[in-house]
Amino acid sequence: MTKKSTWKTKVGLAQMLRGGVIMDVTNAQQAKIAEDAGAVAVMALERVPADIRAEGGVARMADLRIIEEIMEVVTIPVMAKCRIGHFAEAQVLQAMGVDFIDESEVLTPADENFHIWKHDFDVPFVCGCTNLAEALRRIGEGAAMIRTKGEAGSGNIVEATRHMRAVITGIEHLQGLRDDELMTETKNMGAPFDLVRQVAHEGKLPVPNFSAGGIATPADAALMMQLGAEAIFVGSGIFKSEDPAERALAIVHATTYYEDPHEVAKACKGLKGAAMVGIDVASLPEEERLATRGW
Amino acid sequence: MTPRVGILALQGDFAEHLRAFSQLDCEPVLVKKPPDVLDCQALVIPGGESTTIGKLCQRFGVDEAIIQLHQRGVPIWGTCAGMILLAKEIEDNDQWGLRLMDMAVRRNAFGRQVDSFETDLAVVGISNGPVPTVFIRAPYVTRVWGEAQVLSSFEDKIVIVRQENLLATAFHPELTDDRRIQQYFLAMV
Repeated sequence: MTKKSTWKTKVGLAQMLRGGVIMDVTNAQQAKIAEDAGAVAVMALERVPADIRAEGGVARMADLRIIEEIMEVVTIPVMAKCRIGHFAEAQVLQAMGVDFIDESEVLTPADENFHIWKHDFDVPFVCGCTNLAEALRRIGEGAAMIRTKGEAGSGNIVEATRHMRAVITGIEHLQGLRDDELMTETKNMGAPFDLVRQVAHEGKLPVPNFSAGGIATPADAALMMQLGAEAIFVGSGIFKSEDPAERALAIVHATTYYEDPHEVAKACKGLKGAAMVGIDVASLPEEERLATRGW
Repeated sequence: MTPRVGILALQGDFAEHLRAFSQLDCEPVLVKKPPDVLDCQALVIPGGESTTIGKLCQRFGVDEAIIQLHQRGVPIWGTCAGMILLAKEIEDNDQWGLRLMDMAVRRNAFGRQVDSFETDLAVVGISNGPVPTVFIRAPYVTRVWGEAQVLSSFEDKIVIVRQENLLATAFHPELTDDRRIQQYFLAMV
């Protein structure tokens, strides 16, 4: 009996990407630079988050011709973003044959109340989260991979660490609870009971958890991996830096050997071009924060 | 003596391989650096992105350690990306490989992610019925020659090959709860 697009194959692709770096790219040339540097996948989009932030306007799913060009030039998986709740964009991306869809807060939300029912799709989804309860709601809807949101396009790691720590301490808290306490905890969290119970017993999320939003240096990548990220998304950090090719190589290096400071130091020392210019997230008005999109 | 099974952890689903081997009579260990690779009595190259794993192997001298291990007669098993890296020929692609096994592979040969699938396969040398398998953006082998032996095919596409101390599977036994392929590999040690 052969079954296509099972839950195991969806989560399986996320598992295959572990220990790797997924890079945002806006054209075929950038995709090739990413692949040559050792990216495990590329995220195709029209503008990197830093530009979306600077230019404003409604950010939508990328131009399909760009996605197609990118799919033609690289052999690694190609991901693409759709707006939160925009299941028609997701249907189109699935029809295009992309390998993973990111239902992303980086784009302007299409629905302020409902996320996509991702179990209806054959293609796997990744969703952002700021804490454990949000992660479990997305997994309940069918996300096969979770990434902590961080603050995309900021070049500032502070929100990425906040969200990763929130997920990890959330898991540790559940592990300390007795079975008879889990239903009340579920009510307080607003997350699916079965998943709360599973996490309490297994001490980990049922799908891989990656880190995104604000990673700009090799040391940032090493920090997130040591905090418990299983892989790294780099958005603006590579192609908004002075020398994207060398920065891509350095971030891959630091992600591979994240637990060895000598290797991370080597990755940092090799960099001649400057990192992207970051912004102080604390100075961002609430309405300009991307991490608050989705619930 | 229980064998020390190195699981190459540069990138990929090394954690699933670690979990699988930890249920068996061996000492599984994640390895990333050449000296650690050389310290193994068996080596697993996991699933992941073959271009990424290949580039990291070259960049950090892990390629030479694996070749040295092979020359010592240490068994090596590659799953999915690992199968690609073990093949002497990679079709339509000039990517780097270890080029140890007498076979030609085609990458992403079953299609893109939405074509990934699960099925059951009868495997030569493995008793007690078909083995549950998971194929994810999987390669298959288009031909073998020399010493390479085909152990199983799916719809006429070769998906398991053994050549002396080398084993290659296009699918992921580490993602199921069936441990017969791991036991088959441990018997090669």
